[in-house]
Amino acid sequence: MSTALSSHPAAHAMPATSQLATFWLDGALYGVEVEHVQEVLRSQSITRVPLAPPAVAGLINLRGQVVTAIELRERLGRPARPAGTEAVVIVVRLHGEAVSLLVDSIADVVDVHVRDFEAPPDTLDGSARELIRGAYKLDGQLLLALDVNRAVGT
Amino acid sequence: MEGLDDIVEEFLVESHENLDQLDQDLVALEQDPRSRDRLSSIFRTIHTIKGTSGFLAFNRLEEVAHVGENMLSRLRDGALELTPHRTSALLEMVDCVRALLASIEANGGEGGVDVAPAVAVLSAALEDVPAPVTPEPAAARTTFLPTADALVAELPVLPAPVLDVPAVALPAAAAPAEVPVEVPGEVPMETPAAPAAEPALPEVDAEGKGQQPGRRAVADSTIRVDVNLLDALMLLVGELVLTRNQIVQYVGRQTDQDLVRASQRLNLIASELQEGVMKTRMQPIDHIWSKLPRVVRDLGLQCGKNVRLEMEGRETELDKTLLEAVKDPLTHLVRNSVDHGVEASPARVAAGKPAEGVLTLRARHESGQVVVEVADDGAGIDPAKVGAKAVERGLLTADALSRMSPTDILQLIFLPGFSTAAAVTNVSGRGVGMDVVKTNIESIGGTIEVESVPGRGTCTRLRIPLTLAIVPALTIECAGDRYAIPQISLQELVALDAEKAAAAVEEVGGASVYRLRGELLPLVRLADVLGLPSDRHDGHVVIAVLRSEGRRFGLVVDRVINTEEIVVKAVGGQMKAIGLYSGATVLGDGAVALILDVQALARRALRPETAERQESRKNVTAAAASTERQRMLLAAIGGGRRVAIPLDTVTRLEQVRSETVERVGSREVVQYRGAILPIVRLDRHLGAFGGGEREVLEVIVYADHGRSVAIVVEEILDIVDGEANVHSDIDDLGLLGSTVIGDRVTELLDVRAAILAADPAFYSPSAGTAPAGLSPAFAFDGAPSPFSKV
Repeated sequence: MSTALSSHPAAHAMPATSQLATFWLDGALYGVEVEHVQEVLRSQSITRVPLAPPAVAGLINLRGQVVTAIELRERLGRPARPAGTEAVVIVVRLHGEAVSLLVDSIADVVDVHVRDFEAPPDTLDGSARELIRGAYKLDGQLLLALDVNRAVGT
Repeated sequence: MEGLDDIVEEFLVESHENLDQLDQDLVALEQDPRSRDRLSSIFRTIHTIKGTSGFLAFNRLEEVAHVGENMLSRLRDGALELTPHRTSALLEMVDCVRALLASIEANGGEGGVDVAPAVAVLSAALEDVPAPVTPEPAAARTTFLPTADALVAELPVLPAPVLDVPAVALPAAAAPAEVPVEVPGEVPMETPAAPAAEPALPEVDAEGKGQQPGRRAVADSTIRVDVNLLDALMLLVGELVLTRNQIVQYVGRQTDQDLVRASQRLNLIASELQEGVMKTRMQPIDHIWSKLPRVVRDLGLQCGKNVRLEMEGRETELDKTLLEAVKDPLTHLVRNSVDHGVEASPARVAAGKPAEGVLTLRARHESGQVVVEVADDGAGIDPAKVGAKAVERGLLTADALSRMSPTDILQLIFLPGFSTAAAVTNVSGRGVGMDVVKTNIESIGGTIEVESVPGRGTCTRLRIPLTLAIVPALTIECAGDRYAIPQISLQELVALDAEKAAAAVEEVGGASVYRLRGELLPLVRLADVLGLPSDRHDGHVVIAVLRSEGRRFGLVVDRVINTEEIVVKAVGGQMKAIGLYSGATVLGDGAVALILDVQALARRALRPETAERQESRKNVTAAAASTERQRMLLAAIGGGRRVAIPLDTVTRLEQVRSETVERVGSREVVQYRGAILPIVRLDRHLGAFGGGEREVLEVIVYADHGRSVAIVVEEILDIVDGEANVHSDIDDLGLLGSTVIGDRVTELLDVRAAILAADPAFYSPSAGTAPAGLSPAFAFDGAPSPFSKV
């Protein structure tokens, strides 16, 4: 799996270059296609939803629209965000519906080329593996491409 | 406008709009005679008018439109060239159609409008016969003054004059239509003046304006608006309402008088705007009622019944979306009433009722809801039959049934798989229907209930919210979060201080109940349901009494905040799947609050927590579907022995002070709520002598048919799901056997024997034969025993 990129099913449909909006989560760099990203928000108050799946952090008020917030750390099986640190909210729009992802901090928009792409590293564990399309080998840094559709489908 | 029915009115509005478009299209077509799009559009318009007028039997309108259509179709196919002459003929046709429509609008018929000239001109133009040489156009000329102009204009077929023609041809078209109109009333009004004053160059606009006031009563009073636009407006108003709430809340803390006044005005205006925008989506219920007379008539014939349909409050309005949602359930109820409710004429006469049955539909606004009733004066529903049927279908135990009030029994018809129809008819009686009606009504946040007086009739009542988008709600707090409860489910609020709460809220095993005016109200702690720690530690209890599916329960919340109008926002599928929230809303301060789904809450919480007979009704479905599990009340009777008592035989749990126990003959009784309650001490009854006399006796009250007995136990332990199968059959007095519950051997009480020990006459049909003092009607004051209502 870790060899030829053509063996990865997701690679077929990929354009040669694309732009990823990147963010940090538990020390790793992730990216989502920039066209999915609607906006990035800080210090949003989140209304928790009792009995919701653990990855659902709650609901936020996005200018009058109620949007579900997904805790990406929980979704990717990472440890909970340290107390006292505030999450950044990335609002993505999928199939006309807005959903938001909670991440640690936002980073740049990065141009990536398909030649740098590789299938998910074998070291990636189960739950995260489902949600990661693969990795772009940037200079000195791996950028994990998040499958947004799967990430929000709790 | 009276006498015009809906279809005609719609036809008029639509046609007027189309004709305006047609004028423009025709003129534009002259500039660009090859535009197939325009031709097609014109053709469609005329075709529609022709079709509809044929359907509505406006024959002259149909005739003129037909000829016009003929020409248009040939123009469209390229068989004919569009000449100014033909354009004029078409415009004449349009005016003729206008005149006919005006006549229809004014007096409901085509009146004296003469279509022959227009038809003649069209036919002539169609045949390409030079109009002047045929007699018909000549006839036309007598009536249509400027026809000659049009004919003159027709002669040069050069493009240049064509451009000029409209100015000349238009008055030709404008005037003639008015002249032959002999419609009485205001219809032609000022129009003759216009061409007269400016015969040379009346413009399309001037002509249009001159005619409008008289003839557009229908068309001008309405405007078509895209529903999406209304939805968008509604959303914006929702936002405005929220912002208003926010500002009003904020200003409430301010002292600036001007600001306070301004915010009050904002408050008022926002409310009015909200109401106004909501009204744009409102439609009279008559829209769905209007189809029902036919349904009733046909069904009456089919069933051989004579039924008259009466409607009250047909102008009552509700949201278009809701109207659509109510349509099918309502039709179903009406069919049900005709099929099952109203009797056949002979039976009615025999019962001393008029041969003709009356089915009444009523609609009215009531405290922010729309109440719709379907009432018949038929045979009514007999609760006894309903009850028997429910038991026969295994939906309910006979025992549980015996403790239900007739009103509650009637609601059983909404259970899935219930049908009282003696025979399965073509119309109804397959046992599906009422439950579907109920589901549909609930899906739009409404409620349904049925009332019936045997022999007098049945009334089914729907309560529907006015609109789905904005609902009045109660906001409450629980574990530091706020939630909204739609007011439609809310009955009352009860606040108990710590002292009162300690006494009034009773715990039965894990289940707590509150005595609300003598009735046991099962309590559901919201914090427990949500799995959160309540932050109310001072012992105060706030209960929101909610009603769902005919069951009442108390939701214990931390505190009540406010009642406010909330805007319902959809939540994602994941939230819906939790099954506790019907949506979310944004509160005045911008925070998101979840809207509790009361129905789901009841379904979820009442199963494991209630100690009331409602449980037995809940079990109605459970019992039918799954294994035979019974809920048991566990009690200690002393000497380490435990008995299990089927919960559906428990009406109430009470505590009785031992000094209040009196003796009548050899039996013990206690005065309780103005009645005498015979007592059986379970320890003695079962031969388990435990500790000595206690100060307070734990009592299980069992009531049936207005009679009650009290069963004294040492301690009430728990409520458990016990399997009804008995593991060992101990042949002992007063026991049915024993089973293992929670790792301990537990005896199953023979409730019947225990009751008979307390009141030997309990099950006897005639109370009079029972020993004095123990028996007859327990109520001293003649009022029915409170237990029977529980």
